[in-house]
Amino acid sequence: MKNFNIATRQHQHVSILDISGELDAHTASQLENALKSLIDEDNYAIVVNCTGLEYIASAGLGVFMAYIEDVRNLGGDIKLTNMNDRVYNVFDLLGFPSLYDILEDEQEALERFSN
Amino acid sequence: MAGTKQIQTLSVEASTEHLAEVRDFVAAHAEKIGLSQKDISEIRLAVDEAYTNIIKHAYKNSNSKKVNIEIGSDSNQLWISLMDEGKGFDPSSYSEPDLIKRIKQKKRGGMGVYLIRKLMDQVQYTRKGQTNEIRMVKNL
Repeated sequence: MKNFNIATRQHQHVSILDISGELDAHTASQLENALKSLIDEDNYAIVVNCTGLEYIASAGLGVFMAYIEDVRNLGGDIKLTNMNDRVYNVFDLLGFPSLYDILEDEQEALERFSN
Repeated sequence: MAGTKQIQTLSVEASTEHLAEVRDFVAAHAEKIGLSQKDISEIRLAVDEAYTNIIKHAYKNSNSKKVNIEIGSDSNQLWISLMDEGKGFDPSSYSEPDLIKRIKQKKRGGMGVYLIRKLMDQVQYTRKGQTNEIRMVKNL
């Protein structure tokens, strides 16, 4: 079975989650725990870098849906970056691009948080 | 060979632990018959969503239950059937997900059926006796 991996980095006040592998109903809880930990520690400026993400199912998108409102109400955001075309297509089919900041590159997300 | 039917079956327990195995099973068949990477990705996602819905809704996470999966193709189409003996799904009770509303209500889920319809050309739900079947077809 292919794995899903997640690692956290900090860039000034922005927390960056690097996710890789396959995000489905089995692995979504790992992403959920990582996001919860950040929010519990008052980190609301969050970038999810999807460079290594090979696959996403709706259970993975559900995690972003569950936390975006809270994070925005606390003055932050969850910005998604560096998706491959196949992964982006799933977000697009469900209408995410009009509601989420989905950017080509991590640097763009960091710049938006610094403005 | 053109015109011949190829069918493969897999029987797995209804657990998210087997998601990758189920996706790889259908992807291997789709690859074997020469589908494009785009079509293979769509089939992987459609079967993932259908199987996840069975785990969560038909069997309510009771993961000792079985799901039987059949994939077949001929020269015109590829079809995938998933069969379970859990709670049936009434497609008429389903409505298209409103993303803004769901985010406000912090609801997740409910998107799988919509995705399956977007990804496949035909989707049919039937219940015969105790067995539910979702049959998804992609035209070739």
